[in-house]
Amino acid sequence: MGEAEPENDGPRIAAEARDRVRFEEEALALADQVYRVARRLVSTREEAEDLVQDTYGRAFRSWRSYTPGTNLRAWLLRILTNLNLDRGRKVQRTPDMQPIEEGDYYLANKMAEAQGEQALDQDRVVEKLSQDSIVNALSSLPHDFRDTVVLVDIGEFSYADAAQILDIPIGTVMSRLHRGRRLLKQRLAEEAVS
Amino acid sequence: MSHGPCDACEELLQGYLDRELTDTEVSQAESHLDSCDYCRRRYRFEVSLRQYVQTTAAERMPPELMEKLTQLRSAGA
Repeated sequence: MGEAEPENDGPRIAAEARDRVRFEEEALALADQVYRVARRLVSTREEAEDLVQDTYGRAFRSWRSYTPGTNLRAWLLRILTNLNLDRGRKVQRTPDMQPIEEGDYYLANKMAEAQGEQALDQDRVVEKLSQDSIVNALSSLPHDFRDTVVLVDIGEFSYADAAQILDIPIGTVMSRLHRGRRLLKQRLAEEAVS
Repeated sequence: MSHGPCDACEELLQGYLDRELTDTEVSQAESHLDSCDYCRRRYRFEVSLRQYVQTTAAERMPPELMEKLTQLRSAGA
């Protein structure tokens, strides 16, 4: 028995080592995409780097809990958003306290009112909104809204994936997304028509 | 003045933009976009805004971070 065991375990251990290497390679191939999302969830580059490192540290330790064939990027982002919450991010205004009266077309309508319908052409959008204004408007969103907007609009996750990552119902994803985008457009409108 | 004739369509078009509508809703959205100049313009605006936000907000990962992540891997192996 004592001699037979290592011999029987050999193939299993080798297979597990291969699985692990494959997992690590697949996870590392997604690092840039994971970082892009992380960078917009937190305020500074340093925080984003720490968060991504902690995420990969945890992912590499708990790789066995990942089910091969499922969405690895969503699995990594789930770890990341949980770690971000654990870090006790700063408390902001409660999102629901803010009335959001303006609709989805608010920014478009404001620009059209100020400069005519041609203001809605693609090159005019780029001309009117600076990179800084977009980054600042995103980071000014209340956290719950920002998480959802960043996952769907920057991470290009589906509503279902975002719901799984944030562990909230899909209806909540939709309402936060909706309100978050409206807020974003209100803030951008302040610059675009000033 | 800021409200257009199609406030009711706004939500449908957000879902359309996100490719999250049912087949029936997709046909509804598309036939509306075909017939409504106001919404079509705003829909195009939303598409270009989304693309612009996406490219503007994207910041590449610093190369040193990739090295650190790779080290985490070999340390654990």
